[in-house]
Amino acid sequence: MQADLSVVLPEIVLSLYVMAALLGAVYTVKDKLGPILIWSTSALMVVLAIWIGTSGAGTEEAFNGMIVNDAFSRFAKVAILLSAAAVMIMGQEYMSRRDMLRFEYPLLVALSAVGMMVMVSAGDLMALYMGLELQSLALYVVAALRRDSVKSTEAGLKYFVLGALSSGLLLYGASLVYGFAGTTKFSGIIQAAEHGHLTLGLLFGLVFLMSGMAFKVSAAPFHMWTPDVYEGAPTPVTAFFASAPKVAAMGLFARVMHDAFGLAIADWSQIVALLSVASMFLGAVAAIGQTDIKRLMAYSSIAHMGYALMGLAAGTQLGVEALLVYMSIYVAMNIGTFAFILMLERDGKPVTDINALNQYAKREPGRALGMLILLFSLAGVPPMLGFFGKFMVLQAAFDAGLAWLAILGVVASVIGAFYYLRIVYYMYFGEEVEGVETNRSPVLLAFFVVGAGLMVVGTLTTLGVEGAAEAAAATLVK
Amino acid sequence: MDNILSIVTFIPALAAAVMALFLRGEDAAAQQNAKWVALLATTITFLVSVIIFVQFDPANTGFQFVEERDWIFGLKYKLGVDGISVLFVMLTTFVMPLTILASWGVSTRVKEYMIAFLLLETLMLGVFMALDLVLFYVFFEAGLIPMFLIIGIWGGANRIYASFKFFLYTFLGSVLMLVAMVAMFLDAGTTDIPTLMAHQFSYESFSVMGIHVLGGMQTLLFIAFFASFAVKMPMWPVHTWLPDAHVQAPTAGSVVLAAILLKMGGYGFLRFSLPMFPVGSEVMADVILWMSAIAIVYTSLVAMVQDDMKKLIAYSSVAHMGFVTMGIFAGNQQGIDGAIFQMLSHGFISAALFLCVGVIYDRMHTRDIDAYGGLVIRMPAYALVFMFFTMGNVGLPGTSGFIGEFLTLMGVFQVNTWVAFVATSGVIFSAGYALWLYRRVVFGDLIKESLKTIQDMNAREKWIFAPLVAMTLLLGVYPALVTDVISPSTTALVETLNTAVAAADLGSSADVTVAASH
Repeated sequence: MQADLSVVLPEIVLSLYVMAALLGAVYTVKDKLGPILIWSTSALMVVLAIWIGTSGAGTEEAFNGMIVNDAFSRFAKVAILLSAAAVMIMGQEYMSRRDMLRFEYPLLVALSAVGMMVMVSAGDLMALYMGLELQSLALYVVAALRRDSVKSTEAGLKYFVLGALSSGLLLYGASLVYGFAGTTKFSGIIQAAEHGHLTLGLLFGLVFLMSGMAFKVSAAPFHMWTPDVYEGAPTPVTAFFASAPKVAAMGLFARVMHDAFGLAIADWSQIVALLSVASMFLGAVAAIGQTDIKRLMAYSSIAHMGYALMGLAAGTQLGVEALLVYMSIYVAMNIGTFAFILMLERDGKPVTDINALNQYAKREPGRALGMLILLFSLAGVPPMLGFFGKFMVLQAAFDAGLAWLAILGVVASVIGAFYYLRIVYYMYFGEEVEGVETNRSPVLLAFFVVGAGLMVVGTLTTLGVEGAAEAAAATLVK
Repeated sequence: MDNILSIVTFIPALAAAVMALFLRGEDAAAQQNAKWVALLATTITFLVSVIIFVQFDPANTGFQFVEERDWIFGLKYKLGVDGISVLFVMLTTFVMPLTILASWGVSTRVKEYMIAFLLLETLMLGVFMALDLVLFYVFFEAGLIPMFLIIGIWGGANRIYASFKFFLYTFLGSVLMLVAMVAMFLDAGTTDIPTLMAHQFSYESFSVMGIHVLGGMQTLLFIAFFASFAVKMPMWPVHTWLPDAHVQAPTAGSVVLAAILLKMGGYGFLRFSLPMFPVGSEVMADVILWMSAIAIVYTSLVAMVQDDMKKLIAYSSVAHMGFVTMGIFAGNQQGIDGAIFQMLSHGFISAALFLCVGVIYDRMHTRDIDAYGGLVIRMPAYALVFMFFTMGNVGLPGTSGFIGEFLTLMGVFQVNTWVAFVATSGVIFSAGYALWLYRRVVFGDLIKESLKTIQDMNAREKWIFAPLVAMTLLLGVYPALVTDVISPSTTALVETLNTAVAAADLGSSADVTVAASH
């Protein structure tokens, strides 16, 4: 029992902290605690990330295999905790100034982070669902954080209804899998694949499970909620949605596919490949007409999930490694980009209209350059780091015999390049109009500079991400 | 100095970084500083590159000055030059100081302008030196970013359309090459270019979705690379981005585009397509020869009816690049030597022609041919220079243009007489459009009121043209300067090509029966 608890100690610490802070805040000064709680929660997350990142190698199981702590889950957890902490700090000033910073916000984020940590280390369908719901419930509330804003509440409600539907699908799939495999444990399910093929019932269960998870990673055709939620939620919350939950959902996806269905790769690889193609093209095409930068980033994230799924579709160790590297780069790019979006304002009101960026480069050459780097990185143009992420997933897909997927992927990336270039166009070539002001918060600037800087510096050294991803992939794919 | 290639490559980038970090302000002094820093950096780059050229040993057909380091994701940072690439490096470092000089009149966002050009130089040099597939791709693609900005920020009225077209066209071409590169990496297990050149890619014919692919994997890889290089070159019928880009780009942008960026396509054919996919090249050669012949005739005819000077020269560039592709895919010594020569010579001549347009554009702010006439009366020096380069463009013996055209025609004549026949007519057409342009702009009576006060070239402009005139003349009368350097490497290339094609034995009966059975 004690050994079991020590495996999930980081999760326990974070949960206890949240509960204590919740009680403390309720009985004291409530919302005035917001900023302090953001900093302390983030600090705790960073500490936990360092702890998890440096704790021993190897694989440990707890609660009869319900929870697995291996290199893969450690990689995902570090990414989740760091990105969640970064996004919270980034949005603190923005929310405080607009009176949005309820003390619940950091705590809900922390709770969803606990959920995510459980997700990526789930070794059993029950643990999976538990983590997923803990994450989702916290996210629904966070999306509707601005109760007085119609758009925000609409976003929250939409997210909740569609999220509940997807949870239902997932649960139905889980019950089918349980019915036909006779167990909820991944290690048991994997043995049910005979001669590399699943029985019909398991296949049905698998498809439902995948639909549910595709919803969580916002892969087309299960992406419908993404643009509305991204647009409606307050920008710091959008930034959060675009980072940690995506890593967690992708990690969960990879874990279920490989741990539970790793012997029947042929059965699911095609489905993932189709999800990938649909996401890449939908993300690329639908973003062209957007005028709101947050909606645009929603479609951009759909497209990026498509590329990440390309790595999963490969069904190989190289594929999982590519997926992890891609997600790490994606998170770094998104944090930088959202730091930029958070800076834009006019008369103290946030601005998300792309038109407002006209001739931004004339007023703020330094920031425009940073954004330029991020945009080209998002588009996957070398020499930025984003290109290397794409290169890795292409390599994985081609290696697995999915040449057609690789070709479609690069074609979609050309279409996608157009809308990133459009932002560059506004910033550098646009007409002179009433522009935006720039929030000069040093915290935002720091995140922005680090995000953009990573896109360049990352091409010289990957700061250990490459090695960690390789080790993580090796434990997941046997 | 065993990392001299890296030094040459990154001097401009370093200067750009210094400029970005330490140069503040938009006043006249800051602008002047930016120009001088850029000029200094490009000149130093040129001087250092001269060391490479002097120490280069033409007799050695392998790569020289090779340097290699580990890079991320198991890739290698590897640079080196051989007889084919060293001259393109020289061309780049030679042309860049001139383009900076030609941009002396820029007055908006000067610092950014100079940074863009300096970064572009680094990336172009990287393309010609890279000995790792992915490194090559990184340099090749990254060059789009500064060029996109140069056209988009400092370009003409329709610059937005031109910049997007330029970027998306070339980007689409290159991503297919990226997939092919991934395929090559997985097949050969390395991205090292010298190793890949020795690697035998399978040429076993197979069927894809019912289509019989002669030459198998090599042909498919060839087509993927071809998509990229043909757009870059540009070859008919994917040349349409070039006139738009040229017309809208600022003068210096046009010069770089014509003199160096277009050469990346030809260089790519020589570095990748021929040595790595000899069988694929052989399979596709006839198609490409005819495409080149069509390009030469068609774009020459199109050039004749242009009323925008830059557009006319842009189309003439496409025609001249037709000679290059024709020479390369003739696959013999004369053809390939001629193609490289033609590329270098076109680098000087087209650069000079765009500068010539720039000189009068700076004064009159129009590129309409009809707006000019009789310039010889007010601008004798200009008329002389323009005449010289018009003759070079036509391919007059004694200028470098002649050698390139003659060698490529001679090369292709041995392979396909009909293509040579059609292409030769292009020589006549080129005389037609070039001389007619000259006649309309420079000769005739000076009747236009606005031209009556036009000034002849100033000292700066004369100094820009001087080295270009010298090079065009020098290569025209003493071509051995170039051919001595490239010949050993091209001989080796032709040899591997012939051996590989002979070994593949494409026309054999076995292959035909396979084709018939499908």
